[in-house]
Amino acid sequence: MVSGGIAAIGYILLWVALPVAGEGPAIRRWKPRQGSRSRLREPGSARQFKGSWAVGAGAGFVTLGLLFIFRETGVGWSDALVWPLVIAAAGAALIWRQFSQSAAERAEEAAAAGEGVAGKPTRRSLLGPFRGGVGIALLLGGAVLFLYINGALSAGGDVALAGLVAVIVIGLVAAPIWIRSARELSTERAERIRSEERAEVAAHLHDSVLQTLALIQKNPDDSRRISTLARSQERELREWLSGKTETDRADSLAEALKVVAAEVEERHQVPIDAVTVGDRPLDENAVALVAASREAMTNAARHAGAAGPVRLYAEINPDRSLVFVHDRGPGFDPEVVPADRRGVRDSILGRMEAHGGRAEIRSIPGEGTEVELVLESK
Amino acid sequence: MTELENTGERVRVAIVDDHAIFRAGVRSELIAGVEVVGEADGVSEAVLLIARTTPDVVLLDVHMPEGGGVEVIRRIAGTEDPPRFLALSVSDDPEDVVSVIRAGARGYVTKTISGPDLIDAIERVHQGDAVFSPQLAGFVLDAFAGATADERDDELDLLTPREQEVLRLIARGYMYKEIARRLGISIKTVEAHTSSTLRKLQLSTRHELARWATERNLLD
Repeated sequence: MVSGGIAAIGYILLWVALPVAGEGPAIRRWKPRQGSRSRLREPGSARQFKGSWAVGAGAGFVTLGLLFIFRETGVGWSDALVWPLVIAAAGAALIWRQFSQSAAERAEEAAAAGEGVAGKPTRRSLLGPFRGGVGIALLLGGAVLFLYINGALSAGGDVALAGLVAVIVIGLVAAPIWIRSARELSTERAERIRSEERAEVAAHLHDSVLQTLALIQKNPDDSRRISTLARSQERELREWLSGKTETDRADSLAEALKVVAAEVEERHQVPIDAVTVGDRPLDENAVALVAASREAMTNAARHAGAAGPVRLYAEINPDRSLVFVHDRGPGFDPEVVPADRRGVRDSILGRMEAHGGRAEIRSIPGEGTEVELVLESK
Repeated sequence: MTELENTGERVRVAIVDDHAIFRAGVRSELIAGVEVVGEADGVSEAVLLIARTTPDVVLLDVHMPEGGGVEVIRRIAGTEDPPRFLALSVSDDPEDVVSVIRAGARGYVTKTISGPDLIDAIERVHQGDAVFSPQLAGFVLDAFAGATADERDDELDLLTPREQEVLRLIARGYMYKEIARRLGISIKTVEAHTSSTLRKLQLSTRHELARWATERNLLD
């Protein structure tokens, strides 16, 4: 019996310490990358719903436990009290939980769904009264049971029976209506989220793609400018579709290389195709690798840009990162380096060596040039 | 551009893409090197077109309504003497690319490919070779990354060092001719490596590949 008391106290502590299940954003934002299909998650009502039942049941058990303790310590009174009290406690907990949660729920709901829906009842706010109703029923049941056990009902028995029948009939009539309207509301809610997403997508396309297309139509003869516009728009759209954020880019070597490739492409108006395999976080050495890659790409774009796209290939392993920058330009004899390439070569080689890496430049006159950058991680 | 001996006969090509502007663009680029036997703008249309014109090679868009390129390959698979498929897509999502290859396409190129390179790729596919764009080579290296010579691994789940070398050079932007020269092997041997890589890509049970394909199939 003492163990019952310990369990009861433990339960109270847990109830206080643990957050309510199902809290947090109720709606997952639409992400095109998720299989290019919008998936809507039902609001977190199901979990919260169960949580409330657990609280109701828990309150019942706590009461039961406490009563056992009282009984053991001799403070006890008639055992007839036990079940009515347990049932009533469970009901009361449900009602209280319902009321204490409503405000928070409403705030969360408004934040998630946006304004303009404040006045509409939702599925969750309908589940609330249902939960409360069960609570009230339990509370009343407890009271009736108590009266019955104490013999106070014998006189009012007929009245109680009539009341009970009335409650059951009303419940049977109201239940289908309640279920249907709950279902309709959830459909309506999903529809609303969908149309908000559509509006968001439309707004984005308008700000980006349509603007770019308008620019292209204004400059139909400038083919270089058109291809630059098209490529930068393409890049922007892909980024948006993949759902990557600034933070994702800031701390990954592969993303940093792609960003730099895009910058060089934009500045020199030469297409740069970047392929990366693997990834690692961006530390100090990796930053140097990115900087050297930028030099190599700039060099390739400047001297070989007319001969088709520059290719960047990076293979990033935990212990070694390799970057290749390949162009199909005229090439040059590394032994007879033009003066203007000296600095670039030094800054590539020097930079890599300073960070424990190395660089190699291979050039075949007439076929192109490839710069290889290697960074070993200790 | 073309490194293969000219067979004298022009390859018969069907273009399947749901964008009319794009089909027209590809068609005008291809006229120079192949015979375009028809165009289709959807999955069912493509199946009819292929049955009617029996092309050698089908240029296949990955993304289309009704299941996309994967669905076209699936429906044609049972027929007699099916054409070879070359996937052509703006998508750079590994999931899409890998699933269309696993369905049976002989290669994947991006839509920004130049006209001559596209003709080259079509001829290569027609000969039964695999076509790996640098992008696809990158995906494959990524998907097989971390697989070491472990006896528990199926042979199909591993790339040989030579196959990896070939893929790396493709990813770095080298042509088969240049790859052959660098590795001191013949162009035929380079093609043998890419074909065997394609086979592994299609049959491997490696986790990443299987996952990519499964996710795609679940969604279709």
